[in-house]
Amino acid sequence: MNDLGWIDPILGAARPRVMGALLRYFRTLDTAEEAFQEACLRALKSWPQNGPPRDAAAWLILVGRNAAMDQVRRQAKQTELPDEAVLSDLDDAEASLADRLDGEHYKDDILRLLFICCHPELPATQQIALALRIVCGLSVKQIAQAFLVSEAAMEQRITRAKARIGTAGLAFETPGAPERAERLAAVAAMIYLLFNEGYSSSSSREAEARKPLAEEAIWLGRLLLRLFPAEPEIMGLTALMLLQRARAKARFDGEGNIILLEDQDRSLWSRPRIAEGLALIDKAMRHRRPGPYQIQAAIAALHARAQHAEDTDWAQIDLLYANLERLQPSPVVTLNRAVAVSKVRGPEAALEMIEPLGARLQGYFYFHGVKGALLQQLERPREAREAFGRAIALASTPAEAAHIRQHLDRLSC
Amino acid sequence: MLYAILCYNSEEAIGSWSKDYHDETMARLYAVNDKLARQGRLGPVARLLPTTAATTLRKGREEMVIDGPFAETKEQLLGFYVIDCTSLEEALDTAKELAKANPGTGSYEIRPVAEFHPSQLPENKPAP
Repeated sequence: MNDLGWIDPILGAARPRVMGALLRYFRTLDTAEEAFQEACLRALKSWPQNGPPRDAAAWLILVGRNAAMDQVRRQAKQTELPDEAVLSDLDDAEASLADRLDGEHYKDDILRLLFICCHPELPATQQIALALRIVCGLSVKQIAQAFLVSEAAMEQRITRAKARIGTAGLAFETPGAPERAERLAAVAAMIYLLFNEGYSSSSSREAEARKPLAEEAIWLGRLLLRLFPAEPEIMGLTALMLLQRARAKARFDGEGNIILLEDQDRSLWSRPRIAEGLALIDKAMRHRRPGPYQIQAAIAALHARAQHAEDTDWAQIDLLYANLERLQPSPVVTLNRAVAVSKVRGPEAALEMIEPLGARLQGYFYFHGVKGALLQQLERPREAREAFGRAIALASTPAEAAHIRQHLDRLSC
Repeated sequence: MLYAILCYNSEEAIGSWSKDYHDETMARLYAVNDKLARQGRLGPVARLLPTTAATTLRKGREEMVIDGPFAETKEQLLGFYVIDCTSLEEALDTAKELAKANPGTGSYEIRPVAEFHPSQLPENKPAP
């Protein structure tokens, strides 16, 4: 086979494990990255001829580590060392390294790699950019495109982020259970941020550019789940992302305008993603340890299970939002709940529920959009028009404004 | 004789396939399916969701429900074919065709089928 398409996915899949191990050896991101690059170059030379090694990650760790140590030695002695016949005696070394990899510690290596990207001093966008570069292995150009900024700006952002975190204060010993749980929560939050960065697009063009962000977030979710298979919140997070992403093709019309959930063509929803999401949420529920990701996934699951918009189990969604409000009180959650309440108990009850949120959400586009829609249902056109007017003023994209304008048009006929 | 061809590969690597590579590979694999179907040799075929969606019930005096696949392995069972072959050689040839359609890492385990119960599901029941 001349087609080398099979190699890239193997390198990509091995990346977190290999980078995690190399970071533990060398303690600096830059050296780990260089070692990984070198190992990949050698793989591209060796694998097409010799076939892929039994354990690609172990091969890459070993070759990367040797290459980087050669480099260090050369710099130290300023003399040329003879080229090692690395590949000839690799089999044994590979086997013993693979045995060690079977231990649990590679999980902490990968978690550490993800966790350093979540450094609290880094703004969220830098955390995400760093994770995309270091863990997912996206090129700076790809990341820049997804964030809709120039390559130079992104390069600078990533360099600055790396300089800021250093690895000086980072614990390399195996973390204890509470610390591991803390790291896991921080990483989960970063992954969900990344997903939202990719998902919250409000035009089809933007959504297309940002699609890789959402895809990488799902990839990271699955990765985390393989490392920690019994964590219900990680199941919930991955399910939530899969179920939301399943709707991607139905979210925009031919002109690139938003199509709301209830108007979407459900035959465009991705069935395999929904199946995977539902399977994960089923598994998570068995643990009876609900958390915000699981509840949001359960809400998304109810939408996914409804064949038609009118089949949606709004009463159950209302209950789930009530639980979410308890676990994670926020005016935005209450606003979302109000939409469910309007379906179950009518627009009057929903309006009553969101009225007290006005002070905190007065700068929030969706608040005025929802309020306008409720007032419209209650046949209070003057107030509805006012709310929609505010929403348009707060719209951050033409697509959002266009959507509200449709409501206004309907009011005036 | 019926043979099961069990497909093992790193699901992490499969999950890193680009959409184009995925579509091309699946098209090549479906072509093998079609050929087997035309020859009247194709039994049930299934592609499984990732092992992250798996749950394992461990038997014993006290049954245990475990999240994930039954064992953590570097390559995972991702799907299977049941095909009719006159000999092991023919089964191996079929596996080689699959390998050619989907090159790279992974293995096909060829297991003769001891007992086979035809599907009772409605024909063409769509995947979820």
